[in-house]
Amino acid sequence: MRSVEAARLTALEEVEAFTNRLLARSPAEQTEVMVTEWDSALTRFANNGIHQNVAERNVSVRVRIVKDARTGVASLNQMSEEGAKDVLDRALSIAALQPPGDVVPMPEALPAPEIDAWSEATATASPEERADFVAKICSQSAASGLKAFGAYSTTAAQVIIANSLGANHHHRSTHATLNSVVMGEAGAGYADRSAIDVSELDPAEVAAEVIDKADRNQNARPVEPGVYEVVLEEYAVAEMLEFLSFMGFGALAAQEERSFMRLGERITGEPIAIWDDGLDRTGLPAPFDFEGVPKQRVDLIRNGVATGLVYDQLTGKRAGRPSTGHGLPAPNTDGPFAVNLFMAPGTVPKAELASGIKRGIWITRFWYVRVVQPKASVITGMTREGTFLIENGAVTRPVKDLRFTQSILKALDGTQALSSSTKLQASEYFGAARVPALHLKEFTFTS
Amino acid sequence: MKDLAETALNAAQVKGADYADVRISHHVQQNLNVKNGALASVSDDASEGLGVRVLVDGAWGFAGSARLNRAEIELVVDRAVRIARASARVLTTRVNLGSPVTSRGSYTTPFERDPFQVPLAEKVDLLLRADAAMGEANGVTVREGSMEFIRETKLFASTEGALTEQTLYESGAGIEAAATSPDDVQSRSYPNSFGRHQGAGGFEYVAALELDRHAARIGDEAVALLRAPQCPSGVKTLILDASQTALQVHESCGHPTELDRVFGMEAAYAGTSFMTPDKLNHLRYGSSLVTITADALTPTGLGTFGWDDEGVPAQKSFLIDKGLFVGYLTSRETASVLGEKSNGTMRADGWNRIPLIRMTNVNLQPGDSSLEQMISEVKDGIYMETNRSWSIDDKRLNFQFGTQLAYEIVDGKRGRMLKNATYAGITPEFWNSCDAVAGSSEWKVWGLANCGKGQPPQVAHVAHGAAPARFQRVKVGILK
Repeated sequence: MRSVEAARLTALEEVEAFTNRLLARSPAEQTEVMVTEWDSALTRFANNGIHQNVAERNVSVRVRIVKDARTGVASLNQMSEEGAKDVLDRALSIAALQPPGDVVPMPEALPAPEIDAWSEATATASPEERADFVAKICSQSAASGLKAFGAYSTTAAQVIIANSLGANHHHRSTHATLNSVVMGEAGAGYADRSAIDVSELDPAEVAAEVIDKADRNQNARPVEPGVYEVVLEEYAVAEMLEFLSFMGFGALAAQEERSFMRLGERITGEPIAIWDDGLDRTGLPAPFDFEGVPKQRVDLIRNGVATGLVYDQLTGKRAGRPSTGHGLPAPNTDGPFAVNLFMAPGTVPKAELASGIKRGIWITRFWYVRVVQPKASVITGMTREGTFLIENGAVTRPVKDLRFTQSILKALDGTQALSSSTKLQASEYFGAARVPALHLKEFTFTS
Repeated sequence: MKDLAETALNAAQVKGADYADVRISHHVQQNLNVKNGALASVSDDASEGLGVRVLVDGAWGFAGSARLNRAEIELVVDRAVRIARASARVLTTRVNLGSPVTSRGSYTTPFERDPFQVPLAEKVDLLLRADAAMGEANGVTVREGSMEFIRETKLFASTEGALTEQTLYESGAGIEAAATSPDDVQSRSYPNSFGRHQGAGGFEYVAALELDRHAARIGDEAVALLRAPQCPSGVKTLILDASQTALQVHESCGHPTELDRVFGMEAAYAGTSFMTPDKLNHLRYGSSLVTITADALTPTGLGTFGWDDEGVPAQKSFLIDKGLFVGYLTSRETASVLGEKSNGTMRADGWNRIPLIRMTNVNLQPGDSSLEQMISEVKDGIYMETNRSWSIDDKRLNFQFGTQLAYEIVDGKRGRMLKNATYAGITPEFWNSCDAVAGSSEWKVWGLANCGKGQPPQVAHVAHGAAPARFQRVKVGILK
């Protein structure tokens, strides 16, 4: 029964022939073709039953051309000869209408390592398998007198990027994610998982975590807002890290004086080390960026000191240095992004992070985080689905969710301990972070 | 396209679907960005495909594909039906769509100038003139301007006999100036924040914004904000400009009245709602000045159309009537649970997504005050303008917003400019403290083209009619 459902990606030879024909047809001085193809399915559940269940097969063909110092970009979601002509003609037309300007250089052919990010089990996961997986979480929740909600998805994708200077890269990947909220009458818990190989996801293990969290998080009572010592679980740490990346790890933010990064200066506590590595298979790896540049590891913060930024072709040109392989698809005015983030673990078992805290707050995850002051790395948001009071080194009771307004760098400056284990957190939209849980000295709750 | 739709519907019925609908859409989009005096990017994107939604044994299945040919459609329908059968294995309640929907007809967004026929040079020239005007302010470090134009043609057909064809146009633009110091960055934007102000219409919508006329002020204000004092902390009278009032409506009324959220269908992602059915017709949501409608017939609104993506006709309904919570945004499936009919709010952000309950044009009705009158009546307060940050909890109760610009109000007069202004509150307490709303002359439809919801994530384009409004006893200045 897998014949219909097996992810249907176009054979590499066929895609390469398509991109080569498109490159050969282009009259521009430089031409870049990026084909992204994906087949994905997502099973969504609420109140212990499946209520939405979807699948999609799609492709994006994006063409960037440079002619007479003019750039044109066009895209289409058809991989046909007619489509190729259409998208190329539109890119050329746009370029012809523009005044000559600063051109983002295309990269020369550079070797990118091959990374195995493919799982046949994920690529061929069937709707019945997804339903059975979800059923286990729903039935365990129902048996506990609780209700399960969430989404379980499997995706297979491939990216091919080639340009007229000879760059030619291909990468295929799979990705499975599960998130679940389990609710009781007076409180909820949360858990999520991500993996390249769907067989690494265990519904019983996820159900155990989220049901335990929901059980412990019933009938929360409020605590006074204020400054507390906190333990942040990996869900919250990863979100904080993503916001740091969004606000300041890219070279464009630094070049436009918007970034908090002061290279060479200590900006967090000494135990903090953060880097980006698109080649590390313990994340969600990709060997090259969306400009066709091989990814390099970049140390962003080491021993609390700001040590590096990520670059794309344009910011690299401005800085007189090569791209680090962090470019986004053209046209891009947002600059480069670090999307394969890692934070170094510590030595303390996660369960012992609260042991030295006299009175503090244990936070499972954040919700609706937004930037308040980018240069000071101040964010605001709510805690959600698992906020607990810590008293004399132990978690004692659930507390009502709190709003925080806090500088990330100041919070990390008070790092007391990092867990010895790390967890992979897929970003909501793109990329992932592998992070430990943290014990921080001060965190400000404003309501 | 009708042939392909019929093929899909026939195949779905043959394969056992009790109900099926199909959407075939073609979406084209042009984006322009100007940055620091130069054209930074122009892109032209197109997407087309088909999505089939089926009900089998009371359970939903959906599949979509970019390949519009008969062989692929057979595979798509196979996949949707198989997915629905898998859904039925873990079903708690059979879906009931209520009475059939048999809408037929066509609709096109009214416009004067087709944005795709306007020369690129004219668009770029307008953005560059605004860019230059922003640059006249000494101290502006980054200047940006953008435009977006969309044309979507879509056909909807169902096994109940509905067949609608629509062509929807959107046009939008915006400018932003940033000024930086070693430890601060301040931005101002016009007409709204986060990219653009957008509406249903043609290029005339963008031309009417007069970006170049407002650009110099935006640049000046960005620079002035760097030197402005911090917004003080305290409990004060708060006046919001119309655009921030619109976002307040969006987050604290639009989202919590989505009936799918109320039923837990978004619980694992966007959250639930404090506006549960037991509160319907009982909850005093706001003061008597607060009347909020969902109106898919509002001219230039991004939530204006002929039919929603279930074929239900565009209509107007009340969510809040003189402060009382009286209605939800509904779909066929959720409305039937309450014994009602859908009020036509189901929209998908493309052929490859299922429709979800989305805000249409959720409008705060105008009052009889004015911004100047409101200010003149305040002894000690803050006026805030243009959103900078927004955050609200998963039940839509506890919120905190920040704005780009603020002024203190002292003894009925506008005082010093303030930076980093924030305010926070609890939704019903906040709206019950509303004691003035400006009148029709200051009421405007604000387009929001970045409303996220659903898994896989979807981005809806929605709108809010709003005017400046005043609130009492509000916590402001969260950061000292």
